[in-house]
Amino acid sequence: MSPPPGPELRADLALICEWIAPHSRVLDLGCGDGALLAWLAAHRDVAGYGLEIDPESVAACIARGIDAIQADLDEGLAGFDDDGFETVVMTQALQALARPDAVVAEMLRIGRRAIVTLPNFGHWRARLALARGRMPVTAALPHAWYDTPNVHLCTVADFETLCTTRGWTIRRRALLDRRHRSGPLIRRLGNLLAEIAIYELGRG
Amino acid sequence: MNPAAGTPRTWPADSVGLVTPHRIDIDAPLTLDCGRTLPRHQLMVETYGRLDAAADNAVLVCHALSGDHHAAGYHSPDNRKPGWWEHYIGPGKPIDTHRFFVVCPNNLGGCRGSTGPTSIDPDSGRAWGPDFPLVTVHDWVGSQALLADALGIDRWAAVVGGSLGGMQALQWAIQHPQRLRHAVVIAAAPRLSAQNIAFNEIARQAILSDPEFHAGRYAEYGTRPERGLKLARMLGHITYLSDTAMREKFGRLRRDSGQAYGFNYDVEFEVESYLRHQGASFVERFDANTYLLMTKALDYFDPAREAGGDLATALHPATARFLVIAFAGDWRFAPERSREIVQALVRVGKRVSYAEIGSRFGHDDFLMPNAEYRRVLGAYLARVAEEAGT
Repeated sequence: MSPPPGPELRADLALICEWIAPHSRVLDLGCGDGALLAWLAAHRDVAGYGLEIDPESVAACIARGIDAIQADLDEGLAGFDDDGFETVVMTQALQALARPDAVVAEMLRIGRRAIVTLPNFGHWRARLALARGRMPVTAALPHAWYDTPNVHLCTVADFETLCTTRGWTIRRRALLDRRHRSGPLIRRLGNLLAEIAIYELGRG
Repeated sequence: MNPAAGTPRTWPADSVGLVTPHRIDIDAPLTLDCGRTLPRHQLMVETYGRLDAAADNAVLVCHALSGDHHAAGYHSPDNRKPGWWEHYIGPGKPIDTHRFFVVCPNNLGGCRGSTGPTSIDPDSGRAWGPDFPLVTVHDWVGSQALLADALGIDRWAAVVGGSLGGMQALQWAIQHPQRLRHAVVIAAAPRLSAQNIAFNEIARQAILSDPEFHAGRYAEYGTRPERGLKLARMLGHITYLSDTAMREKFGRLRRDSGQAYGFNYDVEFEVESYLRHQGASFVERFDANTYLLMTKALDYFDPAREAGGDLATALHPATARFLVIAFAGDWRFAPERSREIVQALVRVGKRVSYAEIGSRFGHDDFLMPNAEYRRVLGAYLARVAEEAGT
């Protein structure tokens, strides 16, 4: 196997790369400029498509040879077959969806596994801001309340409760601080200390 | 490709400039879907750019319903109107003639110099007229493959087209999978809807019911079904623009703005004037029998039909990579229709990118300047050119 992702890839994406099997088929929801898929194609022989709503990002993917499909995730993924992909990935888009629960359910229909990242609204900075009576503005959540695309924020505990309720298995998780590092303390007090959470889910 | 010395006119630097069409003899027989065989035929063709030594930088441009071989450049120094895809073909443009050898034929059955209803049937010595066989998209691809043979092109770097041209690109990928590396399918659909066919049928009835049609033998009577063809074209133009675009372009503007209503049936609203102008200019350059035949080729196009109705199965043999482009305001072949193509391709694991371009006009957007469209098409074809080593 080729070496792990280097600094050319954002830290959370580098971690996700390690969770994706070589030679597999991946669907990346909200793929941005295609950095994850480009790395996986070049180093892991992974084939797949990126779904992206922003036309400039679609053009950026096409320019680097990544197969990008312009799509609005909130309009559903009905056009994709059951079990069409080994892994369906969604990084930092969950909280911006109209129905995040419906999209995760779709991810687990289309793919055998789903990898989801989310900003943790239970992080102590967010709690502190709320304790002071203000909406949190942090590195992971940089927008003001009136212009944020994030309409469905949740905490690590909330998300894990949703998984339990729906019968989704949490096969792996990574709880990271703002520098995308983990540690024993974060792992123990994830709902308070993690700024970003990454989950690998299965169907149960 | 360059303006002749002494011409008073200079061309824009990003235009292919003065171009000359060539009539190419296809001497191989072509058996058509209708069962008839053409022992030989001719295609009127324009080419731009240079074919490289390995012959792997050739791009086939397929035209739509009323298009022809004149896709780019100018036919004479005093000609003000360039080819129909001038915005996208030329030096430095998305279909870059510095890098690609671009081939654009007038399709079989056309009326701009290729074998068709207006050309002479060698058996009878008269113009084919209505006796010219109905051709299909499948037949066009067969004819274009013979053209590729004649030009020494084994494999196209890309086959590109909009609307009915996009359908040809799709058909190419199915029919001759080994003979193209990329298919670019723009503002197309995998088959016509009942509404699409209904519009075509009204267009045909307009022509067929014109008293000057004479069962298609109007040339022998020294006349043309101008009223019918004009109506057909006017109807077509309604489907080429979105409601929003028509509203912005014409609204309820009247030619004598501010005046009282005329209380008669003369041209009054600007949109009437536009449609009449489009109709009138079309009959000057187009043949009614060809128009009938082209609409029927559209209606018959349905590659899924031979695969038990499943488009994904039909696309299974394809080896090309695909770029599919749709325009948000296109209601003739709406983005949902392009998404059907994309979904079928994903289902069988084919490589495909899809862009939905913010719309200004509607179906006509595929011909119009648009920065977003240009960026996507340019980015994709730049990769195609890199692959071809040009």
